[in-house]
Amino acid sequence: MKIKLSQILAHIVLILGVLLMVIPIWLSFASSTHDTVTILKEGMKFGLGDQLTRNYNEVLNEKGGWSEEVTAAKMFINSFIMALGIATLKVIISAMSAYALVYFRFKFAVPIFWLIFITLLVPLEVRIFPSYKIVSDLGLTNSYTGLVLPLVASATATFFFRQFYKTIPDELLESAKLDGANSWRFFIDFLVPLSKTMIAAMFIFMFVYGYSQYLWPLIMTTSEEYWTVVMGMKIIFTESYEGVALPRTAERFAYIILSMIPPVLVVVFLQKWFIKGLIQTEK
Amino acid sequence: MSFLELNKVTKIYPNGTKAVHETSMNVENGEFMVFVGPSGCGKSTLLRMIAGLEDITEGNINLDGILINKVDPSERDIAMVFQNYALYPHMNVYNNLAYGLKNRGISKEDIEKKVNEAAKLLQISEYLQRKPSMLSGGQRQRVAMGRAIVRSPKIFLFDEPLSNLDAKLRIQMRLEIKKLQQKVGVTSIFVTHDQVEAMTLADRLAVINNGLIEQLGTPIEIYNNPKSMFVAGFIGSPQMNFLEGELKNKTLTSEGFEINNVTSDFNGPVILGIRPEHMSQTDKGLINLSVDLVEQLGSDNLIYGEIKNKKDFCFRCPGSQIIKKGSKLSLNINDNNYYVFDKSNGNRVN
Ligand SMILES: Nc1ncnc2c1ncn2[C@@H]1O[C@H](COP(=O)(O)OP(=O)(O)O)[C@@H](O)[C@H]1O
Ligand SMILES: [Mg+2]
Repeated sequence: MKIKLSQILAHIVLILGVLLMVIPIWLSFASSTHDTVTILKEGMKFGLGDQLTRNYNEVLNEKGGWSEEVTAAKMFINSFIMALGIATLKVIISAMSAYALVYFRFKFAVPIFWLIFITLLVPLEVRIFPSYKIVSDLGLTNSYTGLVLPLVASATATFFFRQFYKTIPDELLESAKLDGANSWRFFIDFLVPLSKTMIAAMFIFMFVYGYSQYLWPLIMTTSEEYWTVVMGMKIIFTESYEGVALPRTAERFAYIILSMIPPVLVVVFLQKWFIKGLIQTEK
Repeated sequence: MSFLELNKVTKIYPNGTKAVHETSMNVENGEFMVFVGPSGCGKSTLLRMIAGLEDITEGNINLDGILINKVDPSERDIAMVFQNYALYPHMNVYNNLAYGLKNRGISKEDIEKKVNEAAKLLQISEYLQRKPSMLSGGQRQRVAMGRAIVRSPKIFLFDEPLSNLDAKLRIQMRLEIKKLQQKVGVTSIFVTHDQVEAMTLADRLAVINNGLIEQLGTPIEIYNNPKSMFVAGFIGSPQMNFLEGELKNKTLTSEGFEINNVTSDFNGPVILGIRPEHMSQTDKGLINLSVDLVEQLGSDNLIYGEIKNKKDFCFRCPGSQIIKKGSKLSLNINDNNYYVFDKSNGNRVN
């Protein structure tokens, strides 16, 4: 077998890329197995230490926050619910609104599409005060609904679904109609199965998006019961010594490693469809 | 009252294209009707209005005694076979056939029975578990037919279903469709731009031009008695020869010869039409052809040549006759089998 120079170069670039991604994670993991004093004294560690069980046990079970009542485990659950809610609703709503835009040629379909598209330019951070006002007027602060709802509209996903639906030949719809399918059945029996790879891809994107939200949950929640993982990263594991807050670095590294697990799991489970969804449209 | 009645049906697309003009026709129960015409003449539009896939701008369509203008396509009990088959790509063949039945709330056992029957009829039983992407063109064609048959609809519509197949398969499927329709006996409308398909399949055919039915009749009626130059030129292969001429007091003068006692009172410029197969060689014939080209088909020879000012004049003779390029032939028209058309509007005048 002859290996070309260009192939070797490509592999070198890829390996470098992988290292670039993996080394910080490894550093975090290795550091999370030492105790805080070692890290503060010697910096981040490359080799493994002996504090793994202690640190992780502490992270999962210690009660933190002002009220000393919230645990990291609770925050993981909150984040998971928030991300799951956002991803699920975003996918459902985008798929359905794209369906309406493509298949129901109502009068203002095109302007409405562009209106949806323009919201890409207005992310939540820009409209955070009006959004907060609305949610608090509705009495939804400190609730999962309040965490999820303002984030479920998605121009990006609507756009991708729209582009995909447009590639589906008209005859398929016509044929289905003659076979007695109404609009609802066409959506469920045709568009959903045909776009399942797309749905998986969107779900992953949106899950990670929801999981990594910081500003919105920070503003939205006053009760620690609704804290999320990303918020916790800043707040939790700070030790007070006579009014001075000191970070507990080792536990924080353990916390960071744990916080990566849910999105990684989602990617691992859905990756088969996810990759298909990105590289091909099944027809 | 006929099974399917079109009454002054007109279609104007939103962009202003007038695709079908005030078309009226009847299709009887069990009949195989073919719409034939050049591409863009409005055949598909007419068919799609019957299916309910296009709105009817004006006029009425009645199916089985019911006005269906406003009936949703899913309620019309019509099955259609599309040019690209439009099989459901994510369902296997079984589910492709079963889908329409499921939507009608038929029980599982009945569905299975019907699907298996249709599959047997179409010889696709072996492929029931395959996805359409794993089938050849001909097999897809059969699945598309099966999907139509399995529902035993009131009427089958076919929109150029054979045009994606290669020539050999096309002829084979043509035959099978005809046989199948005779066996199942369902009223069918078949759209094609291929006049051979039209002639071979139709009980009756409608020749359509520019959104108008030019002529409606059995294939033989239309072949023997075309009402216009368009129909005469469209039906028949090789195409009818058209010669310019002048008709005066029942005498027709054209490209160096005369025909007397034409059965027409028309006077003025005309077009004379002669089918290649309606001539034979004689000693002192009417038409003198100098041969440019000979196409030997085996059973027949097609001779192309020049008569006076007309090039590419075609004459058909049995394949046993040996005719050389460059030779001169003398031809007569058999049994007064010629057609005279008014040059100004193409209408038949004899
Ligand atoms: N959706 C449409 N909008 C506007 N014009 C159309 C549409 N579909 C077909 N046409 C026009 O209507 C005429 C008839 O089309 P069609 O029925 O498809 O012809 P055929 O099937 O005989 O080839 C053509 O001139 C075509 O360009
Ligand atoms: Mg057509």
